[in-house]
Amino acid sequence: MVKKGLNKRQRKERRFRFFGCAAIIISLSFLSLLLISIVFNGYTAFQQTVVRLDVFLDTDVIDKDDLASANYSKLIHNSLLSVFSDVTKQTDKRKLYGLVSISAAYILQDFVAKNRDEIGTTIQIWVPADADVDMLMKGHIDLDKPESQRRIDDRQLAWVDQLVRQGQIKKVFNKTFFTAGDSREPELAGIRGAVCGSFYSLIVTLALSFPIGVAAAVYLEEFAVKNRWTQIIEVNINNLAAVPSIVFGLLGLAVFLNLFGLPRSAPVVSGLVLALMTLPNIIISGRCSLRAVPPSIREASLGIGASKVQMVVHHVLPQALPGMLSGTIIAMARALGETAPLLMIGMVAFIANIPAGFTDPSTVLPVQIFLWAGSPERAFLEKSSAAIMVLLFFLMVMNGTAVILSKIFQKRQ
Amino acid sequence: MTLIHLFLTLGGLTVAGFFIGRSKAFSVCAAQGGPSALHSRPFYYGTLTSIWCAVPALIVFLFWHFFQSTIIMEMVIVDLPDPIRFLPDARLNLIVNDIKNIVAGNIVSVQVNPAIQGAATHYRSLEMTAQAALGVIITTISMAAIVGVCLKITPNFRARNHVEKVVEVLLIACAVLAVFTTIGIVLSVLYESIRFFKIVPIHKFLFGLEWSPQMAVHAEQIGSSGTFGVVPIIFGTMLIAGIAMCVAVPLGLMAAIYLSEYANGKFRRIAKPLLGIMGSIPTVVYGFFAALIVAPAIKDAGDILGISVSSASALAAGVVTGIMLIPFVVSLSDDVINAVPQSLRDGALSLGSTRSETIINVVLPAALPGIVGGVLLAVSRAIGETMIVVMAAGLSAHLTANPFEAVTTVTVQIVSLLVGEQEFDSAKTLAAFALGFVLFVVTLILNVVALTVVRKYRAHYE
Repeated sequence: MVKKGLNKRQRKERRFRFFGCAAIIISLSFLSLLLISIVFNGYTAFQQTVVRLDVFLDTDVIDKDDLASANYSKLIHNSLLSVFSDVTKQTDKRKLYGLVSISAAYILQDFVAKNRDEIGTTIQIWVPADADVDMLMKGHIDLDKPESQRRIDDRQLAWVDQLVRQGQIKKVFNKTFFTAGDSREPELAGIRGAVCGSFYSLIVTLALSFPIGVAAAVYLEEFAVKNRWTQIIEVNINNLAAVPSIVFGLLGLAVFLNLFGLPRSAPVVSGLVLALMTLPNIIISGRCSLRAVPPSIREASLGIGASKVQMVVHHVLPQALPGMLSGTIIAMARALGETAPLLMIGMVAFIANIPAGFTDPSTVLPVQIFLWAGSPERAFLEKSSAAIMVLLFFLMVMNGTAVILSKIFQKRQ
Repeated sequence: MTLIHLFLTLGGLTVAGFFIGRSKAFSVCAAQGGPSALHSRPFYYGTLTSIWCAVPALIVFLFWHFFQSTIIMEMVIVDLPDPIRFLPDARLNLIVNDIKNIVAGNIVSVQVNPAIQGAATHYRSLEMTAQAALGVIITTISMAAIVGVCLKITPNFRARNHVEKVVEVLLIACAVLAVFTTIGIVLSVLYESIRFFKIVPIHKFLFGLEWSPQMAVHAEQIGSSGTFGVVPIIFGTMLIAGIAMCVAVPLGLMAAIYLSEYANGKFRRIAKPLLGIMGSIPTVVYGFFAALIVAPAIKDAGDILGISVSSASALAAGVVTGIMLIPFVVSLSDDVINAVPQSLRDGALSLGSTRSETIINVVLPAALPGIVGGVLLAVSRAIGETMIVVMAAGLSAHLTANPFEAVTTVTVQIVSLLVGEQEFDSAKTLAAFALGFVLFVVTLILNVVALTVVRKYRAHYE
C-alpha cells in the first residue's frame, strides 16, 4: 500500500521541483527580456546620421567684417537646392530643408569663423541629419505604413535614397550624445548635463551621509547604553529604511525648498534629499560591519590600557571600514537610480545647460530618462534606451566595485 | 573682513592652537622627565586647544549672523526721515525690500529717491562695521581661548577625557539626526495635511468616492470645483499592489525554495548574482520597460483576444511591479528558510517523506512568520512604488476592479499634483501632502506589523 502511494508522491515531488526551477527561469527570463529589449532599442543611439553638404560661401551673404549676422541657413538651403534642383514648390522646399538638423547653420557659422580665408569658395561639411532621417537610416520607420501615417513621406524617401546613392549620407559614432546637454531636437540631445548633475548630487550625498552614517553606527553599536531611548532610535532607523522614497521628496519640498529657501532643482538639494534617504541604509550596514569585528580585538585593546574611544578609532573602525565602504557604495548606487524624490524638488524642468556648480539648476540621469521616455518622438525612445544603458553601466561598475572590495577584505581576514 | 577671510583666519588660528597646545604640553613635562609624565598623549592637548579655539568662535559667529541683518535694518529704519518711518507696516516692508535690493545691487521697484538711497548707503556702512567688529571679536575669542587652555595645561591635566567627551557628543548628535529626520518628515507632511483638512474635511477626503482635484480660481468659474475623495485612488493602489503580489509571491517563494533546498552550488553561484542584478535595477528602468514594451504587448494581446485593454492598464503596471519585487521576496524568504534548523528537515526525511513534503509540511510552517513578514514588507514596497506606475499607469481615478482598465495610485497623484501637469495651486499641493501623509502612515503600519509578526510568532530553536 505504501508502494502504491509512492509513485504518486514521487511525481508530486518532481512537479514541485520543476515548479521551483521554473520560477527561477521565468524570473531570469523577465530580466533578460528587459535587458535585451532595452539594448535592442538603444544600441542605434550610439550612431548618428550625418549628411555631407557642399556649401558655396557666397560673399553676397557673408560679410567678412560681420560674420555673426550672415544668414547661414540660406547657404545651407542653397546647398540642398543645388543637389535637388527639381524642387520648386514652397512646401516641398520646406520638406527638403527639413532633411538636415537646425544645428547645421550653427556648425557652418563655427566653420566660417575658424576658416575665414575660405569665404568665396565651396566647402564640404558634414552636418547632423534631422531626427526623422536618422530614424529612417537606422530602420526604425515602418515603410509599410501609408504615407500619411509616417513622418517621412515618399518624396523625402526618394531624396534620402539619392543621397545614399551619391554617398553623401553616412552613420558615424554619436559624440553628441556624450557631449551635449538636453535639447528639444532629438539629434542634438545628449546626457552630459544629466551625468554632471548626477555626479554633483552624489558628491553631496556621499559627503553628508558617509560621515554621519558611520558616526551614528559607531555610537549605536559601541557607545550607546541599551535603554529605551536607543531602542526608539533603532526602531526609527529601521522604519526610515522602509519608507517610500517619494515621502523623502515631500520632506525636501516642504523643508529644504519652502522653509530654508534653497535653490530649486540644484544638486545641493537633491544631494541633501538623497543623503537623508541613504542614511538609514549606511547606518544599518555600518552596524553589521561593526558587529562582524571579533570581540577579542576589543578586549585586547582595552586590556592594554586604551580608552573606549581609542579602542574604537584605532582598532575596531579600521577593521570594519571595508565593510562600511562597500555598504556605502551600494547605497550610492541606489541613490544614483532614484527618481521619485527628485521629481518632487523640481528636477523635471527642461535644462539645456551643463551645470557648472552645486547651485546651478540641473537634472539627474534617471530623471532625464523619465523625461525622454515621456516624449512621443521615436528618436527619443532610442535616446532613452541608450541613457538607460549608460545608467546600468555605471550601476554595474559601482556594485561590482563593492563586491570586489568586500571579497578582497574577506580574504585578508 | 569678508566671510572667506574670516573663515581662513579662524582655520589658521585653530591649526596654530593645535601646535601651541602641543608644544606647551611638551614644555611643561620637560622638567618631570618628558612626555611620559603627562596624563594624555601630547596630541590630545593640542586637539583640546583647537576645539576650544574653534567651537566658541563658531557659535558666536552663527548667533551674530543670525541676528545681524535684522538689527542693522532696525538701526537704518530708525534713521529714516519721519514721514517714511511712520508708514503702515505693509508700505514699510516694501521700502525695506527696496533698500535691501539696492544694497544687493538688484533692480528696484519704485523710483529711487534720495532718502532710500541714503538709507541703503547707511546700511552698507553699518554692514561693513558689523563685519569688521565680528572679525575682531572672533579673533579675540579664539586667541583668548588658546591662552586660557594653555594656562591650564599641566602634566596632570586630563586632556584626553575632555576630547573624548566632545567626540561622544558628536556621535550622539549624528545618531539623533536619524530621529530628527523622522520627526521632520512627520511634522512637515502633517503640517501641510492639517492645512489641507481645513479646506477639505477629513471625512470627505477619506470616504469620498470621486477624485477630481481642481480648485475654482474664482467664484464664477464653471465646472471646476473639485472633489477630493481618495477611495478610487486607494482602490487603484490596492489593485496594482494585488496584481504585483500575485506575480511576486508565488514566483519569489518557489524560487527561494528551489535555491535553498534543491539547487546545487554551481546553479546558486549563477542565479544569486543574477537575482542581485535584478534587484538593483532602478525602478525608472522598470517603468520604461512597462510603458514601452509590456503595456503595448498586453494591449495587442487584448486586441487579438477581443478584450478591450487600455493602453495604461493596471495589469501592465502590476505585473512589472511584481517582477521588480521578485528579488526582494526571494532574498527575504531565502534568509528565513535557511534559518530553519536542519534537524527539523532531517527528522521529516528520516520518517520517509519526500523533499517536497518536508518543505510543504515542515519547513514552510516553521518559516511562516518570517515569510508573512517578508510579504508584508513587499506589499509596503509595492504601495510606495512610484516610477513604474507613473510611467505605466494612468491619471484618471476610476473605481474599478478590472485589471485591463487604467487606474491611478496614490504615488501617481502625488507626483502629478506637485510636478505641474495641472496648475500649481495651493489646495492641490496641500492635497499632495495629505496623500503623502496617508502613504507614510500606511507603510509605517505595514512595517511595524511585519516586524511584530516576525518577532512574536517566531519559534525559538535551541
